[in-house]
Amino acid sequence: MTNAYPHNVLSIEKSVKGRRGVRVCTTSCKAENILPSKYLRKTGINLPELSEFDTVRHFTNLSRLNFCLDTHFYPLGSCTMKYNPKSYDVLSALDNFTSLHPSLPEANAQGTLQIIYELDNMLAKITGLSAFTLQPSAGAHGEFCGALIARAYHASRKDKARTQIIVPDTAHGTNPATAAMAGCEVVNIKSAQNGKVDLAELQKALSEKTALVMLTIPNTVGLFEEDILQIADMVHKAGALLYMDGANLNALIGLVKPADMGVDIMHINLHKTLATPHGGGGPGAGAVGVRQGLEDFLPNPRVICKDGKYSFAKKSKLSIGKMKSFYGNIAILIRAYCYLKQLDGEALKDIAKNAIINANYVRVKLKEYFPAFFDTKCMHECVLTIDKTKMPTVKTLDIAKNLLDKGFHAPTIYFPLIVPEALMIEPTETENKQVLDNFIEALKEIYNKALHTPDALHDAPMNCPVKRIDEVSAAREPNLRWTK
Amino acid sequence: MLIKQLYNMFTSNTKEDLAQMLAEIGVKSFDELLPVPQVLLKGNINLPSALNEQELTAEVKKIAAKNKPLVNFAGGGMQEHFVPAAVNALSTRGEFLTAYTPYQAEASQGTLQAIYEYQSCICALFDMDISNASHYDGATALAEACLAATHLKNNKTILYTKALQPNYAEVLKTYFKNAEVKLKEVPLNTDGTTDLKQLETLLKNGAAAFILQTPNYFGCLESAEEISSLVHTNNALLIANVNPTSLGILQTPGSYDADFAVAEGQGLGNALNYGGPTLGIFTCKKQFVRNMSGRLCGMAKDKDGKRAFVLTLQAREQHIRRERASSNICSNQALCALNATIYLTLLGPEGLKEVALKNLENAHYLQTELCKYDGFALKYKAPFYNEFVVTTKVPAAKLIKAAAKKGFLAGIALAKNELLLCSTEVNTKTQIDALVNVLKEVK
Repeated sequence: MTNAYPHNVLSIEKSVKGRRGVRVCTTSCKAENILPSKYLRKTGINLPELSEFDTVRHFTNLSRLNFCLDTHFYPLGSCTMKYNPKSYDVLSALDNFTSLHPSLPEANAQGTLQIIYELDNMLAKITGLSAFTLQPSAGAHGEFCGALIARAYHASRKDKARTQIIVPDTAHGTNPATAAMAGCEVVNIKSAQNGKVDLAELQKALSEKTALVMLTIPNTVGLFEEDILQIADMVHKAGALLYMDGANLNALIGLVKPADMGVDIMHINLHKTLATPHGGGGPGAGAVGVRQGLEDFLPNPRVICKDGKYSFAKKSKLSIGKMKSFYGNIAILIRAYCYLKQLDGEALKDIAKNAIINANYVRVKLKEYFPAFFDTKCMHECVLTIDKTKMPTVKTLDIAKNLLDKGFHAPTIYFPLIVPEALMIEPTETENKQVLDNFIEALKEIYNKALHTPDALHDAPMNCPVKRIDEVSAAREPNLRWTK
Repeated sequence: MLIKQLYNMFTSNTKEDLAQMLAEIGVKSFDELLPVPQVLLKGNINLPSALNEQELTAEVKKIAAKNKPLVNFAGGGMQEHFVPAAVNALSTRGEFLTAYTPYQAEASQGTLQAIYEYQSCICALFDMDISNASHYDGATALAEACLAATHLKNNKTILYTKALQPNYAEVLKTYFKNAEVKLKEVPLNTDGTTDLKQLETLLKNGAAAFILQTPNYFGCLESAEEISSLVHTNNALLIANVNPTSLGILQTPGSYDADFAVAEGQGLGNALNYGGPTLGIFTCKKQFVRNMSGRLCGMAKDKDGKRAFVLTLQAREQHIRRERASSNICSNQALCALNATIYLTLLGPEGLKEVALKNLENAHYLQTELCKYDGFALKYKAPFYNEFVVTTKVPAAKLIKAAAKKGFLAGIALAKNELLLCSTEVNTKTQIDALVNVLKEVK
């Protein structure tokens, strides 16, 4: 049987008994001579038996089934898929970084500690906040850290009734889920007609029970909260803290400091704004910053510098504790450090400006085809929708799958939830007009197909390794691993 | 005003592009486009001048040179294992490295099949039914298992062995500070293993789960089968925290009927990196699949009936269920999981067993050689795998300092006169002999 994509064959199905791959070591040691048999493994290990060459070919061919930044325009909204510079991959993989054990004496880890310390300071400069922790592994992990800091802050003031977290309906799902993990009650507030925070709704929700208000700025429809100063004021007057989900910081970087907007706590997704690769789902890094006065609540241990020597500070008694076993995803932090070393204040602004112009360009050029749900100037991303009066049978999913066939990764779809048939497009600053023009052209072609032969859209993708996948049966009878 | 296009390697619109784009948008300047109140635009951020790639390379190499790695004899939650070159050569391919979470399945079959193979390899290694696509690290995977257990048992008490990795206990405390989960520590016997009598008493008071670690923090192997039956007789769940390379030779969590098994998976194909990126391995029994957190990849069919892979059972997750989700986790440690998958595929069952045996051999050789000398004695009688504690006549901190001068990281000081040592397959006999020679001379 021939198959253009034979690579959906599993490694275990290519396995031949007795075939060996890499040999790491040799030994004549026998476990039963050292350990009583009750501690020993009784069953074989059902791992593939392949040669090194088989394995290399297997994974190389798997990789070729992926769209990625290096091969495709990837305008996944809220994910900030910007170019990940190659030099940072090389530099973060230097032996002197990778071979360090976390229990080494501080004197032996001065280089890595310096990077942690300086990155913390650079993030503080960019945001106007006082200090950062680099421990959290991802955005959601950072949010959780931030929510715990807010709770610890209120607890330190004996203000124990503050157990509610206010979240607008445009928020990423991680925000309410984080609030629940922090043992808080989630208060969802409806957005105003213009997609922004409804001040009256916010005022109604705020009380002496409010611990934290979590806002994504710009919000997930790509709009800037113009009333942010008033919002911050309302939050603070109610005795609560203001958290900024920094997933969309790319729109503001170099232009606006979150601290100037009244933000008390925020996280930055280094794998979005600071150009570190996302690795198909991580590792990322969700650095958390706090304004002056909240530093002591940050996770232990913090890195300090005295007379040019870096060390861990004495544990703070107010600290929320540890977010993970060690000090964060160091190989990611080194990349983010490299990125900021290649930028100055003006260059940072250029990033935000190009990101904003690119998004608005896409929005305006597609206006007559896929209109923006909120027809106003956007920031770094635009959220478009389908005009159902023109194409009643066409769904956003169809648009997404047809884009794949035309060689573009799809935008984020069906999010935010307040926008019907949402297509959330974030081009980022590392793309240029020519790429965007091609993308716009592709969407226009899909639009024309949607008007004239809408049924044909449901067939896509035709040019991908697989056709549309039956997700419903996959969930009904989940097959999550190979079995003998 | 047009954008002042400075030297900036990260934007690629030319001045002409930008002028045309602003005209198409229908604004005369960027400022007209920006809906941000003037009061918030406060001017320049004061960063040092930007480095070009050559300058950056020199600068970062200079910083890296300040690190002084040592020959490693420390474990304590992160162990150095040899990483075959093919692991990074494959996983750093742009197609894997620069892809996002596989939301568009048809355009992400490579990542998705690799996750499915990861789940399969981990299940095979652990003898467990289900593995998710990864957590941040072993400690956070453990916290998520505890959360699932409290929900399943509708009981907020979690018991954990005193020999649990102390960082993990700290992370649990952080996670549960506001969640009303009560953490209770179970004391140890003098042989370094969990005191089963005390465990039984605590279980009888009611608990959702007991956290077993084997090999435990002091290197000792626990009587997992006895513990498991004790835990289950008392209607609690068993959460096992294990060392994945040890499973090449040691009994599996599945074989002693663990309900959840978690691990720090860094040792499978990932470098130390001063403690991260890490790999949180999370596994459980089939019946808990809808209560667990984290992403899952399933095998499915496309509309032609062809095999395909897709993220599945997403109704548990935050983007669907929001505040009622099993966890807030979104991004995980996918690339580290890919490293583990490639590593396990490269080594196969025999290769992994060899690695485990070499660890057993090296650690026992180190312990035997060291304890030939006065002033060093094995502290615990329980059998061990690749880590063990010695009591020392000279203070442990002094030994570590002296060894560092000679190029060795001689373990972790647990108490004034207690040293936790680890030896893996990366250590040669010559290195072990040299370390022993250094340590025995310290007065």
